[in-house]
Amino acid sequence: MFGLEAAAGPTGAAILIGAVLVEALVLYVGYGLLESALGPKIARMLRGE
Amino acid sequence: MIVEILGVAVSLLGMFAGFGVLIGLLFGFFGMGGSFLVTPALLVMGYKTDVAVASGLAFVFGTSVIATLKHRDLGQVDYKLGVLMIAGTTAGIEVGKFGLHWLQDIGLANTVVSVAYVALLGGIGVFITYNALKSGDSGGVDHDAEGMDAEEAAEDIPDIAKKIQSYRIPPMMSIKGGLTVSLWMILGVAFATGLLSGFLGVGGGFIRMPALFYLIGVPVPVAVGTDLFEIVFSGGIGSFLYAMDGAVDLAIVVPLLAGSALGARLGAAATSLVEEDDIKVYFGVMLLLGSVAVAVREIGGAIEMPVLNTVSLAIIVGAAMLVSGAVVVNSIRELRSQPPTAAPQSAD
Repeated sequence: MFGLEAAAGPTGAAILIGAVLVEALVLYVGYGLLESALGPKIARMLRGE
Repeated sequence: MIVEILGVAVSLLGMFAGFGVLIGLLFGFFGMGGSFLVTPALLVMGYKTDVAVASGLAFVFGTSVIATLKHRDLGQVDYKLGVLMIAGTTAGIEVGKFGLHWLQDIGLANTVVSVAYVALLGGIGVFITYNALKSGDSGGVDHDAEGMDAEEAAEDIPDIAKKIQSYRIPPMMSIKGGLTVSLWMILGVAFATGLLSGFLGVGGGFIRMPALFYLIGVPVPVAVGTDLFEIVFSGGIGSFLYAMDGAVDLAIVVPLLAGSALGARLGAAATSLVEEDDIKVYFGVMLLLGSVAVAVREIGGAIEMPVLNTVSLAIIVGAAMLVSGAVVVNSIRELRSQPPTAAPQSAD
């Protein structure tokens, strides 16, 4: 996927693990924003308000 | 016609993302577990052992980064202890990795890893279920511990930890919570959990966190925070070592992580709504079912019945869905029973 697996060796491994790290950071920030924006609304909806 | 994104079938990406949500929900709610269901599931799906282990490690790395970010502001990370744990764990991962490669060379890797999983999942499942049914008090990570004062938690140090701490083999070092522990005990625990991490493709948290508490006496809140900090490095180093051999499959890791990051937030939010003791028995049963699933797969391989692979995968996914569903249903029920002002807005 993304052609990253083809780059084996230390450099390729660093790029691949770096990609996982970047994805984790993006997901943390992205889902955090989503939770701030939608969390209270969803909670109110689930409570039937 | 098969729809693909970057050469990967959309159905496969969706399946991994969905499985990630289930695992993340369990990880976010219980603070442990979940991740060690990934490697058995990949093995059941027919991935090679090194790909299953390496991709499991890379997934654990990404998930622990997100979990550590959530805990960093709670002041529950002992960095000195964490660095020592990293040193011992790195050595353990190296030995575990060579052990796995050696087993692959002699054709026993699948069998040994699967048997080890059966023993670990089954053993911990029995332990948690037994404790949940007996007292509902000591089978996993108590969510109350996160809000606990470290010194208050130190008063709950198990007797076995007090006994171990009484053996003062120099050099000694102080850790958060006002404890003094032998450096060798810390390195020993770190090496043993690193060995498991490299060998089985797990973060080692479900072994290390209880070991830090039960064997060394680290207060639970500090054990949880330091463990998460350490898993970032052990998972990162482990997946890096495997990635050098080209064993990490991003088509597995990327969708799993996307799903688990969402699931972890839902699970974390659920912790403020549902008592863990209400669900703990389901978690123990899920681990037991996980061990049964791996055993079924091994039997299927031995007697050449491929259908048992499907049965095994169904058991793993079904168990995760059962527990995740119980968490969600109980959360919604609690949410609806609370007055509007008492309902939490966010878990973070």
